[in-house]
Amino acid sequence: MRQIFDIHGGIHPPERKELSDPGFVMDCPPPSKLVLPVTQHIGAPARPIVEVGDTVLGGQMIAEAQGPVSVPVHSPSSGTVTAIASRAVPHASGMTDTCIEITLDGRCEWITCEGVADWRAESKAVLLDRVRLAGVAGLGGAGFPTAIKLASDRAIGIHTLVINGTECEPYITADDTVMQCFAREVVEGAEILAHMVGAETILLAVEDNKHEAAEAMKDASAHLASAEVVTFPTKYPSGGEKQLIELLLNVQVPSGGIPADIGVLCQNPGTAMAVRAALIDGKPLTDRITTLTGMALGKPGNRRVMLGTPIGELLALGDFNSETSDRVIHGGPMMGFAVTDLDMPVVKITNCVLAPTRSEIPPPQPQQACIRCGLCAEVCPASLLPQQLYWFARAKDQEQLERHNLMDCIECGACAYVCPSHIPLVQYYRSAKGSMREASKEKLRSDNSRVRFEARQERLERETAARDAKRAARKAAAEARLEAGDDPVQAAIERAKAKKAQQEGEQ
Amino acid sequence: MLESLSAQPILLALIALVGMALLFGALLGFAAVRFEVEGNPLSDQINGILPQTQCGQCGYPGCRPYAEAIAEGDSINKCPPGGEDTIHALADLLDVEPEPLDSEHGTEAEPTVAYIREAECIGCTKCIQACPVDAILGAAKLMHTVIVDECTGCDLCVEPCPVDCIDMIPRKGGIQHWFWPLPNESRTGNIIATDRESEQVAA
Repeated sequence: MRQIFDIHGGIHPPERKELSDPGFVMDCPPPSKLVLPVTQHIGAPARPIVEVGDTVLGGQMIAEAQGPVSVPVHSPSSGTVTAIASRAVPHASGMTDTCIEITLDGRCEWITCEGVADWRAESKAVLLDRVRLAGVAGLGGAGFPTAIKLASDRAIGIHTLVINGTECEPYITADDTVMQCFAREVVEGAEILAHMVGAETILLAVEDNKHEAAEAMKDASAHLASAEVVTFPTKYPSGGEKQLIELLLNVQVPSGGIPADIGVLCQNPGTAMAVRAALIDGKPLTDRITTLTGMALGKPGNRRVMLGTPIGELLALGDFNSETSDRVIHGGPMMGFAVTDLDMPVVKITNCVLAPTRSEIPPPQPQQACIRCGLCAEVCPASLLPQQLYWFARAKDQEQLERHNLMDCIECGACAYVCPSHIPLVQYYRSAKGSMREASKEKLRSDNSRVRFEARQERLERETAARDAKRAARKAAAEARLEAGDDPVQAAIERAKAKKAQQEGEQ
Repeated sequence: MLESLSAQPILLALIALVGMALLFGALLGFAAVRFEVEGNPLSDQINGILPQTQCGQCGYPGCRPYAEAIAEGDSINKCPPGGEDTIHALADLLDVEPEPLDSEHGTEAEPTVAYIREAECIGCTKCIQACPVDAILGAAKLMHTVIVDECTGCDLCVEPCPVDCIDMIPRKGGIQHWFWPLPNESRTGNIIATDRESEQVAA
């Protein structure tokens, strides 16, 4: 039995996980059309490689990765590309983005997928390439390109792979369901991931409110000496990767660093399953398990959903009652954001679609003045000073925000949850982080411009100097010849005279 | 000699002080020559704050000349691309009162980049010569194009173009550049029932 450590702070919001009945995957008939955003991950948008009118098959790549941090997009089923246009996408801004719309033909024809025969025999580069081409991005909610995470070569090697099945956010049971229903696949995926990064230990981390998932993981990993299932007390946000690592290993990821800096790699169980599918079945990521839950639904539950399915159609499957519903949330109640348009599609990061009633999750209360009670600092899992950060964010004091490590905030929302004045603290931090990132980008840009401007000035000066020098040299040479009695004008006249005399002589 | 000096301590003290003054003076003089800082460090710092658009809207040919002018005492509110933020940063650095942007030099606007309508470009190279950061690529009688990542949005290339085929388009905007705005604080307060009633009456 492994010793479990504690993290600072944390909260215990009502879990309400039983609502979506974890452990069962309900079927989900193919929708009439799919809307696939070219950006379903963190990084540069993928570039569409199909045109309107093209016929596509399931599993076919329809947008390719562009730039180092990017992920391709594949068609989940067969059909015709009917539009490549701006559509509403799941994003906190509620803005539109380029999407590829596919009208399905209902035949569900797929390309032939071929996996690798023996992944143990393949080199890391081949496996990485497969993961990259399969369009795998972290399915836990952030959507970071998995291949990049696996390829990052920090100074020390990875010794521990953590499969993060914590799923600490209320309501969501997608990972729980994946671990229960696809235990074998998850463990096999974990084995492949550990092989790829050279990790000796695999920790399958499950919160103690998911007995069935922990049991399923134990059964599936019994044959592996290197794997261990670890359960630990339920607390939000134990599932944050830095928090989980501290909980399991009692080491902290350095400020501004990533887990790889201390030799740890965290992956979501769904991602492990997707990596397995990419390598063994050769199948790209085109669907995911999504929790559909909330009191405004008649039939909540976990569904295997094709990426690109409009959220509205998904809600209809769950007997959505629009009268009792107050709003629809993409993601969980703590970190999710409101769905402003029900045509928004399910994407790689959609772990949950939540349709609560008004009494279930009441609208936010009006914000009041901070009373400096300090509750926020007590619950902050990153041991920050939320109250100070709040003042500095309001004052837009970037220097102080940086000094108080705003960038280490994981935006879990625990501070805002306990705030008796209902201050939307996380929004202040998100806004301040956004402007800090923007400012550092602008700084890079202006530094670059300065270098280019100075280089150009220097070049212009050099060119002028070179021109002047040439002119001076010519002048000096002419003068020198003149002084030596070698006057070119006189010489030319003499040559002409001589020629004339010669011609006259001939005549 | 020594005896007469020790009889007059004031003289002794004076000699000692003058001696020390000469010694330290020589030391300082040596340090000033030996450790001389090239250029003006203040104007470098100011130049670091300026946005490096190199647009010349301040009336100087580029950001560095303006930085040097500020170091010499010119006013800090002549940079429209930098806007309020730059003025505040400069005011902090120089310990002066921030002033509002001088509208004579232009108004603060969203950052832009130049875009050449390539079909219309005749390849005259006039914009290439105008670009302060060498962000335009092309050759005589061949099409030109703007390297978007290097363009500062100074719009100095627009005027020389004989066929008016250069547009300035917004650089930001779109989902990739979005980040959360600060919460709307106008909803603060008014939680007491009577407050809300009076608000409704007023409305």
